[in-house]
Amino acid sequence: MKSTFIDNLPKIYGIYTGGFLVFIALMAILEQYGVSSETIGVLFVAFTIFIYAGIGWLSRTMQVDAYYVAGRQVPAVFNGMATAADWMSGASFVAMAGGIYFGGHGYLAFVVGWTGGYILVASLMAPFLRKFGCYTVPDYIGTRYGGNLARLMAVIVLAVASFTYVTAQINATGTIAARALSIPFEVGVWFGLLGILLCSMLGGMRAVTWTQVAQYIVLIIAYIVPVVWMSNKQGFGMFPHLEYGAAVARVSELETLHQVGVLTAPAQGGLPALKTLHSVAADTVMAKWKFATLVLCMMAGTASLPHILMRYFTTPSVRDARKSVAWSLLFIFMLYFTAPALATFTKLQLLDPNLATGIIGKSFADASALEWVRKWSEVKMVAMVDLNADGILQINEFFMRGDIVVLATPEIAGLPYVVSGLVAAGGMAAAMSTADGLLLAIANALSHDLYYKMIDPTADTKKRLIVARILLFGIAAAGAFVASLKLTSILGAVAWAFDFACSGLFFPLVLGIWWKRANRPGALAGMFFGFFSGAAYLYAIRWGGMDMWFGIDHLRFGIIGMPVSLVSMIVVSLMTKEPDAETQAMVDEMRIPTGETVLSATH
Amino acid sequence: MSGITPEVRAAHWAKTRSLTFTVLFLWFVFSFGVHWFANELNTITFIGFPLGFYMAAQGSLIAFVVIIFWLAHAQNKIDEEFGVAESE
Repeated sequence: MKSTFIDNLPKIYGIYTGGFLVFIALMAILEQYGVSSETIGVLFVAFTIFIYAGIGWLSRTMQVDAYYVAGRQVPAVFNGMATAADWMSGASFVAMAGGIYFGGHGYLAFVVGWTGGYILVASLMAPFLRKFGCYTVPDYIGTRYGGNLARLMAVIVLAVASFTYVTAQINATGTIAARALSIPFEVGVWFGLLGILLCSMLGGMRAVTWTQVAQYIVLIIAYIVPVVWMSNKQGFGMFPHLEYGAAVARVSELETLHQVGVLTAPAQGGLPALKTLHSVAADTVMAKWKFATLVLCMMAGTASLPHILMRYFTTPSVRDARKSVAWSLLFIFMLYFTAPALATFTKLQLLDPNLATGIIGKSFADASALEWVRKWSEVKMVAMVDLNADGILQINEFFMRGDIVVLATPEIAGLPYVVSGLVAAGGMAAAMSTADGLLLAIANALSHDLYYKMIDPTADTKKRLIVARILLFGIAAAGAFVASLKLTSILGAVAWAFDFACSGLFFPLVLGIWWKRANRPGALAGMFFGFFSGAAYLYAIRWGGMDMWFGIDHLRFGIIGMPVSLVSMIVVSLMTKEPDAETQAMVDEMRIPTGETVLSATH
Repeated sequence: MSGITPEVRAAHWAKTRSLTFTVLFLWFVFSFGVHWFANELNTITFIGFPLGFYMAAQGSLIAFVVIIFWLAHAQNKIDEEFGVAESE
């Protein structure tokens, strides 16, 4: 029964994709017949959540290995898709193109960092951890280094990093649900949470895997369709990725025309005006250093975030784990190399006076009459202020929240509303899938490592899985509560998660495989000093009033945590006894693909 | 544990390690090297793009995808060579 399901996966998801396309066509037809845009938005979001919940229900399980690692039978390509959805968060989907729009070349550090990190995952970590046969990342730390203290420390780092991240995702689901369903943000947060829990409560990793594949398909269609459509409309062809070079060049001309970077203005109500040039790279050593440090933190964070690493525990073999990392990167690449194109086209739409959509240089009366400007001004995400009182909209008089570049682009470009509905569904899929993966990573670490391994090792299967679900529910509710407080912008919190993870976990994970001499006191020191030095630095510069060192801001505090972690781990390991023969043999076993996993199949 | 001799393990690991170093070197070049010189590269035009911008928006990403598939393939070959690959 199970094997036929796995064999039929391409067919099942093929039908699913076809069905989704038919649904889009149906919505387009309804729009032609005059169904309101609100109704279409609601249908898109509700229909897709209903499908995910259905998959979650069908994948319910009471088996430990199905709950924790999807029975270790997820084929490489499908695991790649699931990882891509797991990975691409609300921030990637909603905020990235907006970030490039406002930040230009400097912001592309995120694009480079969030893709290149997979090389570290594939070469340093994933295949070896798959061979180890653990259920969770702390499970590996606890077994490799031995002792409950190491396990506990890993659980703490994991929980802090993932929890920071998950609040941002719940925040994003709340924002999108609030807009698509016309409900207040605080209600939207709880509504998003309900959808997230429906996908993961009953089936754990198995349910999350199969919903994430479905969510990937929705989000990638939703991201690429508007870009191709816009590109076609502006005469850049069906493959905008290859041809938007001309658009980049045109944007540079327009930047001179509109004096981007020359005319500046303070932010209005938290909304920035465009003042960074699109493709010009900053020339100072400080700017280069900032680019490189951000890339490094995001990459090392990628390779330390447990919700990503645990996806590779679900493949049937070590070889598949390795292949699966490659597929993941390919699927992620599909979105990330589209984001700069989207940012470029949107900028062109707004800046080019030859296009009907261009608003810079038009009169205030004309610009404020546009439907999308009115709509987004109402929710305070767009603002226009006539600073020099000449009645003409200049570049420094138009303010916009970065997050809306993706959500509003179909309206800005004058595409039919069905595209906006599709984009909302895609953003929802991106935020939900990441939230699912993160919540499961935290709940599994607490239920497996803290409860089962440390508190009650005699608990039977049923009890373990019930505890896992109660924890999942509790953490999700806590996440939604924190998200509803709106503590930081979507992206700030996401970058912090990467910095926490790489400060505390990167070197203990890598050296556990690559350095046999690494031992328990060393790993404890590495996790403890790395994590707390990074956290202390963040606190000092963000709230303590300390000046930044070498331009290392709150997005890059991993640059402080990682070296501290590395040095303390090496020094303490060398000062203490080398690991026993059994542990060294365990490391030898991890390094070759054949043979039994180090931990038994059910443990 | 299994019937693999320490010599085979050592040789397998040595090859694995050198492959990893090669991959990490390429990773370093495309992650940090090219972007350090983004401003200089921007004076070159590549399929219509300023090259420095292109590398960050697309070029490095393509390189990463190619490197990672090549790594999966090459490591598998090493595993087969030393008889430590899993049977299908």
